[in-house]
Amino acid sequence: MFPKPIQNSSRGWQATYQALVPTALVLWLLPLIAVAIFSIKPDVDFTTGNYWGMPSSFEGASNYGKVFFGSDMPRYLLNSVLITVPTVIGAVALSCMTGFALGVYKFRGNLLLFFMFVAGNFVPFQILMVPVRDLTLDMGLYNTKTGLVLFHIAFQTGFCTLFMRNFIRALPFELIEAARVEGVAEWRIFWFVVLPLMKPAIAALSVLIFTFIWNDYFWAVVLTQGAESQPVTAGITSFNAQYRAAYHLMSAGSIVAALPPVAMFFLMQRHFIAGLTLGAVK
Amino acid sequence: MNLAPETRSSASASGSRDSWLRRNRQTLAPWLFLAPGVIFFLFYVIFPIVQSFNLSFYRWDGLGDPQFVGMENYRELMDDRAFEVSLWNNLKWLLLYLLAIPAGLFIALFLNQTVTGIRLYKSLFFFPFVISQVVVGLVFSWFYDPTFGLLNQVLGWVGLGPLNVLGDPTLVTYGIIAAGLWPQTAYCMILYLTGLNAVDPEQVEAARLDGAKGAKMLWYVIIPQLRPATFVAFVVTIIGALRSFDLISIMTNGGPFGSSRVLSFYMFEKALSEYGFRMGYGAAIAVVLFLIMLCFIAYFLWSMYQDDKGGR
Repeated sequence: MFPKPIQNSSRGWQATYQALVPTALVLWLLPLIAVAIFSIKPDVDFTTGNYWGMPSSFEGASNYGKVFFGSDMPRYLLNSVLITVPTVIGAVALSCMTGFALGVYKFRGNLLLFFMFVAGNFVPFQILMVPVRDLTLDMGLYNTKTGLVLFHIAFQTGFCTLFMRNFIRALPFELIEAARVEGVAEWRIFWFVVLPLMKPAIAALSVLIFTFIWNDYFWAVVLTQGAESQPVTAGITSFNAQYRAAYHLMSAGSIVAALPPVAMFFLMQRHFIAGLTLGAVK
Repeated sequence: MNLAPETRSSASASGSRDSWLRRNRQTLAPWLFLAPGVIFFLFYVIFPIVQSFNLSFYRWDGLGDPQFVGMENYRELMDDRAFEVSLWNNLKWLLLYLLAIPAGLFIALFLNQTVTGIRLYKSLFFFPFVISQVVVGLVFSWFYDPTFGLLNQVLGWVGLGPLNVLGDPTLVTYGIIAAGLWPQTAYCMILYLTGLNAVDPEQVEAARLDGAKGAKMLWYVIIPQLRPATFVAFVVTIIGALRSFDLISIMTNGGPFGSSRVLSFYMFEKALSEYGFRMGYGAAIAVVLFLIMLCFIAYFLWSMYQDDKGGR
């Protein structure tokens, strides 16, 4: 273990460390803590210049109430859910199949196709922007959730394929061979042998893609406008235009927007990190 | 994998009256599994790249007929002052964003202890990465706010400031990069924490017996073992730096006076904003950005290929 375990060092250093960690955390999260405090402050605190002092009264309930009942926020949240969930399902389903094909079969062009997915996943969004926007307009899907979902599924399939293919390659290949000797059909091997083994990968990708899509801003701006189809990231900016000086409402709105991926992360932490660190540990 | 042909021959030998479909199912199966994913990907990712290249030779407002202008867009880019500024800012992003890697390593080393509650601390440190860049951008623009921002309060205590970070053309890009480093450092930290878990304790012990410690141990024993983590951190940080868009759009919208633009933002501005729907010109900017990114993508694919040759 590196650095040296703290238990082996002097009492004094141990105590210092115990105090240092929370202090560092508070400093690290200071911007977020500030927003959390902003979100429970009353309006008057901002007009009287009490930005950083204690809240003069606790207005959390009314601030969050206004966000939920007096703004478009619930609608944006719903849109985000309706965009994110189908994307996760679609991208994971497609990449289970592509990953299986690329990981299990030997055929000409295997590596080439794999590299196409990997490279495509890393391109700058801007090179896709004009054609994809056009395509979406032509299909009559501009400013719809479906338009966003279809694009997201296609694009995320790149990353998911990279992940799935590497995961499947690490599985014991003997299982598949044994099934083939038994004469099991290929799709049954996929469904009954490989897919059950892929559960951890599916979980990891699902949380990861959920976060990516929930937090997407660029495509939301390019492919949608207006509250009927925009997700919460784009919504919060129009919220910003509407409540520019209402810092308490903006803060509450930001926290509401940030909460779902945070909750996802805490519930599925192990899988989330497994997904992020793909390839970083051998 | 290399046993596949044998399996196939044994399967077809067992039943000579198998249908053609049955005999060829191992050749067909991969293509059936690949079809939906590949078609989707070609349609939405690969073709649009080709189309963008093509479009960069046209003048087009997005509505009428595109007009072929050859290299005109690229020639115009050469004298475009805003393009030059964006390019320089991209370079700043690339270089400074890499600071997330040592910073992440530092925090990872700091947190790599087994004391009560450390797991919770680790996840709380990771927090900034999970929230949207839109929220990070909003939070940081309040942090920098010249009238009430926390930054100026702190600067005031030590007798400095006031500083209008986002309103100052020389400071603005650095201010935004600092905001971007916050989540990126968290990401690198997680990569290194996982990497540190896999460090071989016996090697560390052996090095310790040989009298290695502190910086020497870190440099000669630990960092070489963290190579895979460093590689992934490098890749995601470079890509992140070149993709930076959200923070700029939220915090400054490219201002003041366009001084915080980067290529990705400038392209968006040219192609899709009230400054004019210049799709062809935007596409040319995107092509330049793509070519820069391509250098890194090629390098990444090359090292993956080297890795793969060793596998089965």
